[in-house]
Amino acid sequence: MFAELGHFSLILALLMSMLLAIYPLWGAQKNHQQMMATAKPLAIGMFLFTAFSYVALTYAFYTDDFSIAYVAHHSNSLLPWYYKITAVWGGHEGSFLLWVLIFAIWTVAVALLSDGIPKAMVARVLSILGMVAIGFYLFMLWASNPFESLLPFYPVDGRDLNPLLQDFGMIIHPPMLYMGYVGFSVAFAFAIAALISGQLDSTWARWSRPWTIAAWGFLTVGIALGSWWAYYELGWGGWWFWDPVENASFMPWLIGTALMHSLAVTEKRKIFKSWTVLLAISAFSLSLLGTFLVRSGILVSVHSFASDPTRGLFILALLGIVIGGSLILYAVRAPQLKSVGRYEWFSREVMLIGNNLLLTAATMVVLLGTLLPLVHKELGLGSISIGAPFFNEMFVYLIVPFVLLLAIGPLSRWKRQSPKALQKHLIVAFAISVSAAFLIQASYDQMTYMATLGLVLSGWIFVSTIQEIMQRTDASHNKERSLLKRLTSLTPSHWGMVFGHIGFAVMLIGITLVSNYEEEKDLRMRPGDVVELGGYAFQFTGVRDLVGPNYSGHVGIVDVYTDTSLSEKVTHLEAEKRFYPVQRTSMTEAGIDSGISRDLFVALGEQLNNGAWALRLYIKPFVNWIWAGAFLMAFGGVLSMCDKRYRMAKVAKVKQRFAKLATPDVEASNVATAQKVSQGQA
Amino acid sequence: MNPRRQKRLMGISAIVLLVAAAVWMMLTALSENIDHFYTPSEIVEGKNGAMPQVGQRLRIGGMVVPGTVNRDPDTLAVSFDLVDVGPIVTVSYNGILPDLFREGQGIVATGRLTEFDFIVAEEVLAKHDEEYMPPELAEKMKGIKHVKPQNIGAGQ
Repeated sequence: MFAELGHFSLILALLMSMLLAIYPLWGAQKNHQQMMATAKPLAIGMFLFTAFSYVALTYAFYTDDFSIAYVAHHSNSLLPWYYKITAVWGGHEGSFLLWVLIFAIWTVAVALLSDGIPKAMVARVLSILGMVAIGFYLFMLWASNPFESLLPFYPVDGRDLNPLLQDFGMIIHPPMLYMGYVGFSVAFAFAIAALISGQLDSTWARWSRPWTIAAWGFLTVGIALGSWWAYYELGWGGWWFWDPVENASFMPWLIGTALMHSLAVTEKRKIFKSWTVLLAISAFSLSLLGTFLVRSGILVSVHSFASDPTRGLFILALLGIVIGGSLILYAVRAPQLKSVGRYEWFSREVMLIGNNLLLTAATMVVLLGTLLPLVHKELGLGSISIGAPFFNEMFVYLIVPFVLLLAIGPLSRWKRQSPKALQKHLIVAFAISVSAAFLIQASYDQMTYMATLGLVLSGWIFVSTIQEIMQRTDASHNKERSLLKRLTSLTPSHWGMVFGHIGFAVMLIGITLVSNYEEEKDLRMRPGDVVELGGYAFQFTGVRDLVGPNYSGHVGIVDVYTDTSLSEKVTHLEAEKRFYPVQRTSMTEAGIDSGISRDLFVALGEQLNNGAWALRLYIKPFVNWIWAGAFLMAFGGVLSMCDKRYRMAKVAKVKQRFAKLATPDVEASNVATAQKVSQGQA
Repeated sequence: MNPRRQKRLMGISAIVLLVAAAVWMMLTALSENIDHFYTPSEIVEGKNGAMPQVGQRLRIGGMVVPGTVNRDPDTLAVSFDLVDVGPIVTVSYNGILPDLFREGQGIVATGRLTEFDFIVAEEVLAKHDEEYMPPELAEKMKGIKHVKPQNIGAGQ
């Protein structure tokens, strides 16, 4: 049957990964061309078998094959077809299959898009990816097989997908997040391959940059989608809970951000090599740690749907091997990672490393806050939980120097920057951001220190980013050209940086305003009741029944007016309370009116006596800016990648020109020449 | 000391100072934000020989005793009793209870202890799973499975 074929195909994928782990690396070490050449077909094979296996499972979901345990546990014949397809990753086993599929996609992408990179390097990178893949395939087949059969006794209908996951946000959140998580494996593989080969010049940084940026972009979008989903689906109006599972995805993001910047320094200035390698190892290790935390079931949260200690142990072992192995290799090779560049204490390099340290410190804070409760419990000291205020407080401390450096870093020169030359810029930026902060706050009732701080910081980023663009466009020789021409003369990767930083400022504005000026009311309301909140009048008009394909429930209807005279209507909101009978769970679907400057948010609570209902009303100023900022950052990543890819293609072209001369042992020097040529042209 | 070494020394001591300050800040923030977890019997009888202080912030996990959920007819104020295997602790809360809040169900509340057996909660959590029981509570109730929450208190 189809599902058995899927299982078999997964075993073949494991075999492929084993071959991939051995042959190309062996070939690279022995300089054996044919063995190196096996890397590409093996990577493609691994991908195809995994993809087939994934399709087989999807088909089982689509056709309601409840003889498969996983399908029976996570689907139901009443589930709409699109949720049947996405239910594949609604539980543990299937989401792991998605994980390995995405891993295979990254691997095959490296195999296909690395024409500009020496064969030996690609062979090593793919071998490392193959090694990591072995671990994951073994894990799937041994401890979390999605194709496990319930035959001969299987249920007539399935237990349904967790209602929380029956939502559009959930359709795209996990694949995006996994793309990010798993994508750091490529940066990791490049770093390890560089360590193995001993080719520790900065070229590996250049090759792994676009991959790192891609992974980081996916992770950014994935986290933002998760936050957005929590906002409208959980009915608490919160967008970040410092939930351990959120933290698990946030840590690789923080280190990934540091890695992205550190790679840039290593590529351009040939320094911080050793630090960059360490970050590459850490980013992937934290991704694995995140997987371990979520999948082992030691964390209790919305996400840990299925948990099993043996699985946790397996991932922990894998984590130990990956981290331990790579750190040993690092320790052996690190002394060779000599940095050649010189720089003064006040220079762009130092500011970038400063921000790297701050990002690392932030990761430490999150790691401590996430792991301390686990350690505390394991030591027998009793259960504790660490509240959101801890994280918030620490992040406020960290963000001040972070933003300061973020703003002046791009304005500064490499090697040496005289502080005096920056003075004017800084004074202007400070004056503008402070006045902007006061102006924005004047439109709200009261001022708070936190809001002022947040707004000054975001204004600071905005102004200095603009200053930086002006500095770049003015200083160059093209003064007489039009502004548009001058702006387009900046490289896409430069615009990538600009968008990344502006996106961060936009997000910071959203976070600041929504945290300081949101208004909330939990109310008992009877049909016809009117309540005023934040300059709007909310009228509860009543509740009607709701019948969905696999749920039933109530819809609370609220009309919003500009004032209590109820003359001018702003919007009509419907907040749902759904009951899913198969899983016997209730779900809240908030009614939200989204806007640029505010969201109106209504959630329906429980039914009280006398026809009254509990209602939760929110006004969330600028909350959408949080996610808009994240998408801007990811867009910046896309821009940078375009640039890099372009360069990659150019390197390949130049290399072809040298191809006549090329023999394996002079290949490396050709690439070096190609780089010089392409840098000269850029 | 030559100037270069002096510079290096300054740099290193600055880093050490910064790290020390950061660690100190982190520990202060941490000590203010740790919520210890208690079960109702631990609140009344003490945990590892130490009684929780009145006024302390804490987390409590227990089963909602059936028949004890009292709602104020005009507001959202609600109070209910929690139990594990011994004494009962009363929790009061003002707000919307989670979707899965039900009598006989395991819940977790975060709040402040205002009397020796009374908690004013800021947050009440019930997990999105029918059979969910806080893991701490499940551990506590291991081996005493015959005491079912339905059999304690009023019963239905």
